[in-house]
Amino acid sequence: MANLSSVVAKFYNEYTVHTPKKLKIIDSYLLYVLLTGIIQFAYCCLVGTFPFNSFLSGFISTVSCFVLGVCLRLQVNPENKAQFFSVSPERAFADFIFAHVILHLVVMNFIG
Amino acid sequence: MGQGGFGDPRPKRSHNVDRNSLISNASGWKSLITFTVLALAWISGFASRLFAVIRFESIIHEFDPWFNYRSTAYMVQHGFYNFLNWFDERAWYPLGRIVGGTVYPGLMLTSGSIHYILHSLNIPVNIRDICVFLAPVFSGLTSISTYLLTKEIWSPGAGLFAACFIAIVPGYISRSVAGSYDNEGIAIFALQITYFLWVRSVKTGSIFWACLTALSYFYMVSAWGGYVFIINLIPLHVFVLLLMGRYSSRLFTSYTTFYILGLIMSMQIPFVGFQPIRTSEHMAASGVFALMMAVSFLKYVQTILTKAEMRYFYTVAVVGAGSVVFFIVVLLTYAGVIAPWSGRFYSLWDTGYAKIHIPIIASVSEHQPTTWFSFFFDLHILVTTFPVGLWYCIKNINDERVFVVLYAVSAVYFAGVMVRLMLTLTPVVCVLSGIAFSHLLGLYLKEEENPSAQDSDSETEDGSSEKSSRNLYDKAGKLRRMRHEQIRESDGLGSNVRGIVVLAILMMLMMFAVHCTWVTGNAYSSPSIVLASYGQDGTRQILDDFREAYYWLSQNTHSDARVMSWWDYGYQIAGMANRTTLVDNNTWNNSHIALVGKAMSSNESEAYKIMTSLDVDYVLVIFGGVIGYSGDDINKFLWMVRIAEGEHPKDIRESDYFTERGEFRVDSEGTPTLLNCLMYKLSYYRFGELRMDYRSTPGFDRTRNVVIGNKNFDLTYLEEAYTTEHWLVRIYRVKKPDEFNRPRIPLSDRKIKRSKIFISKKTNKRKKGSIKNKPPVVKGKKPTKTA
Repeated sequence: MANLSSVVAKFYNEYTVHTPKKLKIIDSYLLYVLLTGIIQFAYCCLVGTFPFNSFLSGFISTVSCFVLGVCLRLQVNPENKAQFFSVSPERAFADFIFAHVILHLVVMNFIG
Repeated sequence: MGQGGFGDPRPKRSHNVDRNSLISNASGWKSLITFTVLALAWISGFASRLFAVIRFESIIHEFDPWFNYRSTAYMVQHGFYNFLNWFDERAWYPLGRIVGGTVYPGLMLTSGSIHYILHSLNIPVNIRDICVFLAPVFSGLTSISTYLLTKEIWSPGAGLFAACFIAIVPGYISRSVAGSYDNEGIAIFALQITYFLWVRSVKTGSIFWACLTALSYFYMVSAWGGYVFIINLIPLHVFVLLLMGRYSSRLFTSYTTFYILGLIMSMQIPFVGFQPIRTSEHMAASGVFALMMAVSFLKYVQTILTKAEMRYFYTVAVVGAGSVVFFIVVLLTYAGVIAPWSGRFYSLWDTGYAKIHIPIIASVSEHQPTTWFSFFFDLHILVTTFPVGLWYCIKNINDERVFVVLYAVSAVYFAGVMVRLMLTLTPVVCVLSGIAFSHLLGLYLKEEENPSAQDSDSETEDGSSEKSSRNLYDKAGKLRRMRHEQIRESDGLGSNVRGIVVLAILMMLMMFAVHCTWVTGNAYSSPSIVLASYGQDGTRQILDDFREAYYWLSQNTHSDARVMSWWDYGYQIAGMANRTTLVDNNTWNNSHIALVGKAMSSNESEAYKIMTSLDVDYVLVIFGGVIGYSGDDINKFLWMVRIAEGEHPKDIRESDYFTERGEFRVDSEGTPTLLNCLMYKLSYYRFGELRMDYRSTPGFDRTRNVVIGNKNFDLTYLEEAYTTEHWLVRIYRVKKPDEFNRPRIPLSDRKIKRSKIFISKKTNKRKKGSIKNKPPVVKGKKPTKTA
C-alpha cells in the first residue's frame, strides 16, 4: 500500500511539474466530460434507457467528446511531435472542430 | 468493344517504360501519366461492362436489381422521406413489407441524387438509364480508389497496375455490368475508399482522415450489408498491431475517432438500427475500442512512471482488461442483451450449417462454396501472382501492410466459403498483384539507374518471379531456364534476360486482358430476363418470354390481382408487371415462403386450400422443358420441398419426391407424389400433346432429357391463362369456388331459366347487318316514301 501511495504521489508531482498549461486545460475538459459520462451511466442504471436513441446519442456524444479530446491532447503534446510530424497544433485543433461538427450533426439527427 | 478491354494494360505498360526514363526530368510527367492511365482504366472498365447493353438493350438485369430499380423510381417520384416511410402492400401479400426500414438506401440515394443533379442542370435523363449505367461508372471510381489504396501501401506504379486490374477483372465485372443495378456495384467502391482512408489515417494519425474514414464507412453501411467486413477487419488490424507491439498514438487517434463516429453514424441507417451495439458481429470493434483505451491509458501512465515493475503491471493489466471485456461480451450474449451471431454468419464458419438449418440460404446458388475453377475463371493470372505480392508485403512489413495482409487472408477464406464473397477478394487480389507486377517490372526495367539499390533484393525477386511465371503459360518455362543460366554467368541481369522476362510478363498481361474480355462477354453479360440462344448456323435468337409474360400480366389482369410464384420471381413480377406478389427475393419471412413451397409441392386440392386462404388469383411458373432452360422451377423444386418440409414436416416429406433409389426424376418412374403435385402439373399441363419435331416423342422434356411420366391430365382448380411463346413462363388462373366441380345440367333440366337469352348476331342468318327503318322493298314495286 505504501508503494501505491508513493506511486500516486510521484504521479501527481510529475504531472503538476511537467505538464504544459495547454494540456492541463484539455485535461480539465476531459475530466468534466468523464464526469458527465459517469453521471449519464449512473442515470441509465438507475432510471433506465427509455428513449433508447436519445440515451445512446447522449452517451455516445459524451464518449466521442472524450475520445476526441484525448486525440487532441495527444496531437498537441510536444512529446509526441515525432509521431505526428504532419500535424501541427493548429491543424489538430481544426481537425478537432471538424470532427465535432460531423459528430454533433449526427447526434442532432439521432437524438430524435 | 473487344478493343476496349484488350487495349487496357498496354498503354499502362508503355507509360511505365516512359515514366522510368522521364521521372528524372519532370515530376509533371508523372501526374500526367497517372492521370492518363487512370482515365484509360476508367474508360476501358466502363466500355467492357457494356456488352449487355450492346448485345441486348439498356435493361435492368436479374432479380434484385429489379427491386432496387423499382424503389429508386419510387423515391424519385415520391421523394426521400416518403421512400423511408414506404409501406409496400404489393409485396408479401397479406403481410406487406416496410421497404424504408428493410433496405440499404445507399444505392437508391446515389442514383437518385445523380438524377436530381442532372435534372437541375437541365439534362433530362431517365432514371432507368442512370440505374443501368451506375455500376460501370462506379467501377471507374473503384479503380481510382484502388489506385489510392495501393499507392498508400506500396508505390504509385503498383497503384496504376492495381487500378487497371480492377477495371477489367472478371470477379468484379460479374457484379457490375451495365444493368446489374445492385448494392455491390457501389459497395466495392465504398469498401476500397474506406480502406484507403483508413490506411491514410493510420499513417498520419490525423483526426481529419479518421473522420473521412468514418464518413465513407457510413456510406458503405448505407450501401451494403458487407459493411460488417469492414467493422471486423479494421479492429482486427488494430488488434494485430497491438499484439505485434506496434501501438502508437497515431493508431489510437485514428481508430478511436473512426470507431466512435462510425458507430453513431451506422446507427442512422434504419435497417441497421441498434444492431451495432446489440449484435455479436459488431462486438469485436467495441472490444478493441475498450482495449485501445486501456492500452493508451497504461502507456500514458508509463511515460510518467518509468519503473521496472511497470512492465509486469502493464502486461497483467492488458491481459486482464482484454479478458474482462471478453467475458462481459459473453455474459451479455448469454443474458440476451446482445444478440448472438445470426445464421448467415454461422454459415460463414461452418459451410454445412446453412444446408441443415437454413435451406433458404443454401438454396441460393451464389451461397455455395467456391470451386477452384471459379477462382481461376474470375481472377485468371492474378490468382497466381497475388501470393507474390502478399509475400513482398510480409517481407517489408509496416503498419499498413499488416492491414493488407489481414485483408487478403480473411478475404481468401470468405471467398472460399461462398461464391458471392469472391467479390470481396477481388480488390485485394488486384492490389497485391499490382504490387507483384510493379515490383517485377521495376526490377527488370530499371537498368541504368542505381543498380546497387536493387542488388540487395535481387535474390528474393528471383525466387518470386520464378514463382509467378511458373504457373502461367508453357512458354515461360523455357525462358526461365535461360535466365537462370545467365544469372550464373554474370552478376547483374543481362539485357537479353530483361527483355525476355519483360516480354513474358507482357504476354501474360495480354492473355489476362483477352481472358477478361472473353469472360465478360460470354459469362457475365447476360441480363437473364432476356435469353439468347444460338442456332447451328450461329444466328442468334432472342427469347423474350419473361417480359412477354409480365407484360401480359400487367395488361390482362386486374390491378390488384395477386400472383403466386416461387420467390425468385417476386421482384420481377412487382417490377415489370406491377402486381401483388406473395413472396419475393427479400426472403425475410421463412414461414411464408414455406407456405408457398407447400402449395407448390402438394397436390391440387391441398394446394387450392392454401391458395384460397392466401387469395391467390394467378400462379406463375417457369418451365424450361421446351427450350432446355435449366434454371426453371422443376429444377428448383427440391428446394421448395425442403423449405416447405422445414415448416410443415407433417404434410411434406422430401423422401416422397425421390424414387426408391433416391433419384429425383420426372419420367414414368417418378414417385406419384411428384407426378401429381401442383408444380409438376402446372409445368407439364398439356405438355404431353406437344411435339417438338417429328422424330421426338411427345412430351419430351429437353431440360431433363426424359419423356415426362404423367402426360394427359386435366386441371380442376386452375385453368391455363397464358403461356409464352417458348413455354418459358406459364400463367394459370385460380378458379373461383363456383367454377369447378359442377356437373353441367342440360338446359331443359334447369330450374332457373335464363331471363334474357342472348343470341349473338354473328350466328344469326342476318349476318350482314341490318339498317334501321329500312324501307320495305317489294320486287316490281316502287318504294313508298314513309317520311
